Amino acid sequence: MNRSIVNRRHRIDLFVTILSTVMTGAVLFTLGAILVTLVWNGLPAIKPSLFLESTPPPGSKGGLANAIFGSLVMTLLGILIATPIGIFAGTFLAEYARDSWLAKTVRFINDILLSAPSIIIGLFVYSIVVVGMGHFSGWAGVVALAIIAIPIIVRTTEDMLLLVPDALREAGAALGTPRWMVITRISYRAAFQGLLTGVLLAVARVSGETAPLLFTALNNQFWNANLNAPMANLPVVIFQFAMSPYEDWRQLAWGGALLITMTVLALNIAARYSVNQRARS
Amino acid sequence: MYENPSDQNQSTQMTRSHIGTRFGDPIFQMLTFAFAIMVLLILGGVILTLCEGAWPALRVFGPAFVWTASWNPVTKNFGALVPLIGTMITALIAMLIGVPFSFGLALFLTEICPHGIRQPIAIAIELLAAVPSIIYGIWGLFILAPLFQRTIEPLLISSLGPLPLIGALFQGPPIGIGMLLAGLILGLMVLPFITAVMREVFLSVPQVLRESAYGLGATRWEVTWRVVLPYCRTGVVGGIMLGLGRALGETMAVTFVIGNAHHLSTSLLAPGTTISATLANEFTEADGEIYTASLIGLGLVLFVLTFFVLAIGKRLLLGAQARTTLA
Amino acid sequence: MINDTSPAVAKIPVSNQKDGPLPPEKIVIRNLNFYYGSFQALKGINISIHNRRVTAFIGPSGCGKSTLLRSMNRIFEMYPGQRANGEILVDGKNILNQRDITELRAKVGMVFQKPTPFPMSIYENVAFGIRLYEKLSRSDLDARVHWALSQAALWDEVKGKLNQPGTSLSGGQQQRLCVARAIAVKPDILLMDEPASALDPISTAKIEELIDELSQDYCIVIVTHNMQQAARVADFTAFMFMGDLVEYGTSEQIFTNPVHERTNDYVTGRFG
Repeated sequence: MNRSIVNRRHRIDLFVTILSTVMTGAVLFTLGAILVTLVWNGLPAIKPSLFLESTPPPGSKGGLANAIFGSLVMTLLGILIATPIGIFAGTFLAEYARDSWLAKTVRFINDILLSAPSIIIGLFVYSIVVVGMGHFSGWAGVVALAIIAIPIIVRTTEDMLLLVPDALREAGAALGTPRWMVITRISYRAAFQGLLTGVLLAVARVSGETAPLLFTALNNQFWNANLNAPMANLPVVIFQFAMSPYEDWRQLAWGGALLITMTVLALNIAARYSVNQRARS
Repeated sequence: MYENPSDQNQSTQMTRSHIGTRFGDPIFQMLTFAFAIMVLLILGGVILTLCEGAWPALRVFGPAFVWTASWNPVTKNFGALVPLIGTMITALIAMLIGVPFSFGLALFLTEICPHGIRQPIAIAIELLAAVPSIIYGIWGLFILAPLFQRTIEPLLISSLGPLPLIGALFQGPPIGIGMLLAGLILGLMVLPFITAVMREVFLSVPQVLRESAYGLGATRWEVTWRVVLPYCRTGVVGGIMLGLGRALGETMAVTFVIGNAHHLSTSLLAPGTTISATLANEFTEADGEIYTASLIGLGLVLFVLTFFVLAIGKRLLLGAQARTTLA
Repeated sequence: MINDTSPAVAKIPVSNQKDGPLPPEKIVIRNLNFYYGSFQALKGINISIHNRRVTAFIGPSGCGKSTLLRSMNRIFEMYPGQRANGEILVDGKNILNQRDITELRAKVGMVFQKPTPFPMSIYENVAFGIRLYEKLSRSDLDARVHWALSQAALWDEVKGKLNQPGTSLSGGQQQRLCVARAIAVKPDILLMDEPASALDPISTAKIEELIDELSQDYCIVIVTHNMQQAARVADFTAFMFMGDLVEYGTSEQIFTNPVHERTNDYVTGRFG
């Protein structure tokens, strides 16, 4: 055994170990830095007026009430549309098609949609809905968000249904239960937490999406509950206000950014918790 | 008072399940089938509308649209080259930063980190992927850009600038925002995705293979670099491709920090633009059919590019998965 | 050498079957306890294992035989919550508190249940271990690879395709490749964890032949659930049950005339 070779190998190993530890530390530090700066800059903006007043013209006081409302409404409706579509499509993949070529194709396309640039989805919805209606609208935003959410729900639904053991399905079928009831009463129930996780992850992803809303919901400076008109939403307001030269607007942008990040992280942690619950039971 | 409930129950159940089998099953199956097809239709719709929307521009400029550098709303002369190159350069910088870091993180999480804190750290890194891209943008613009302008870029200009060849990449005034910062932010954004895939494929390597390498006296680095990595090479490359696909299409973070300048520069410190940033900035303000069509044409170019990158990545990952299930 | 160990250590009472005097003890284990978290998998194991002989560990699954094997090169340390105390003396040195684990593993080779060819060529598989410890010229390295593959009775089958991936070989050949990889480092001890359990009968016969060959130069410790195999290849056999070493003796004695009732039940197949 050649001692110098062994020592050299150990030195390399030590170097790599330290390097990769430092890299991990740097990444965790960055995550921390992002959160700290968000809280630092955003917290002063979190006050009642943020939730009660609409977006102001430059130089005056105001809040983000209309944007928060718009985001809530569009996210909620988008998810309401995407959830049945996603769950049914995921059911098709996990329960009916499994390894057929059609399932493989749908799975493949779905995975590509999952990572496809969201701005492209914005262009798509613009061409279909905005051009069709003749103007920007909250509905167009809803459709865009739904299309972003669908692949996420399809994917998690399939994954979670595949975790349900086939023995459970067979036991159900052996009792004479029709297939669709086996799926809805047994598979769905067994995978409920997982399906919920998928929906929560989709909400988290959609609520931070900005790019597809730029060409669909656009923005609206005023309080608006009419989905046929352009609608304010947090991400686009943050984008416009942050890029503006006005101090008041930037302040509001930080506040909105903090709000959105905390919501998204909380949703992610809740989704993870729901999966852990499932794994434990 | 006491009827025989089992009898009645049985008969209702019989009818119900009879009807259920007769009508419920085909209806339910058709329903799931229809929505699965809808996923395909969405993609088909995206392709069709992009082609249709871009047609007026493509008809005028032809395929040269892709390699024309001009972008002039006044003379109505448009080409995709500048934002396309910007997209590729920022994505390349992102990969140069993101891939080594992802590898380091995956190595740390699979071989080095004490078992007790592996999960919490992995979750923290995945949360990085959950942070909305607009937050990266705002953070990059207000926190990183001043830091770049004051410290990092002057340092790069004075140290690397005078060098031959690569010196050309670090020229010009330090203004903070630009291609380099955009690439860095993108690298940070794709890092959690690539790390997650790498960690997953590293863990898919049979434990006994690791044991036999450790059993020969190999170090953690040797086990990972020479046994684990070659074993799951395709999966790792697939993960990198998925990360690249995201880097190419990422919009908001880039729009904040790239500077949105429609010109080519050899310097990475100069402001530039990407396809997605151009779309985000100009689409709602575009006037005239040819301008809008050119922007949609940009979208088409971006879509084709990301589609192929993502498809290749996905194929490689599927291949890697099939191999580990067989083994 | 034999007399200076403590009386509690199980020893071979009868002279061995092979020609020549019984070689000295290579591994002496004293009061070895092993824990998976709070579960104790080995309870005060004492045994001495002789050089240039094959020693087999048999017993029902979960009896601790693999655990014992895995403590001899400390591979268990890869996993959290697994720990061993006591003494494992290799050439008189306690390896459990040896600082340089690399040195230990150069000395103790291991072959696993399933063949584990690394994702590289046949040649590189064998050279992998050599390069960890030695800097050889190309021709010396070639010679060593040739030697290891011949020792593993694989050379004739692979000499024309050394650059093909290790995974292109059949299961039995892969396992012999792993043996070649282990002995290329020139260890003193070879640990084999059910080395033939994933192989077909013909490949199994080849591996058994190989074990017999190698036992002239190495101290071989093998774990097997196959009693016939133990009887065929091992000079000495130890029977383990629920973390205890029940009986240890020559294979002949263990399989024909066991002292303990449990051993008798197990080797005669009346185990319940």
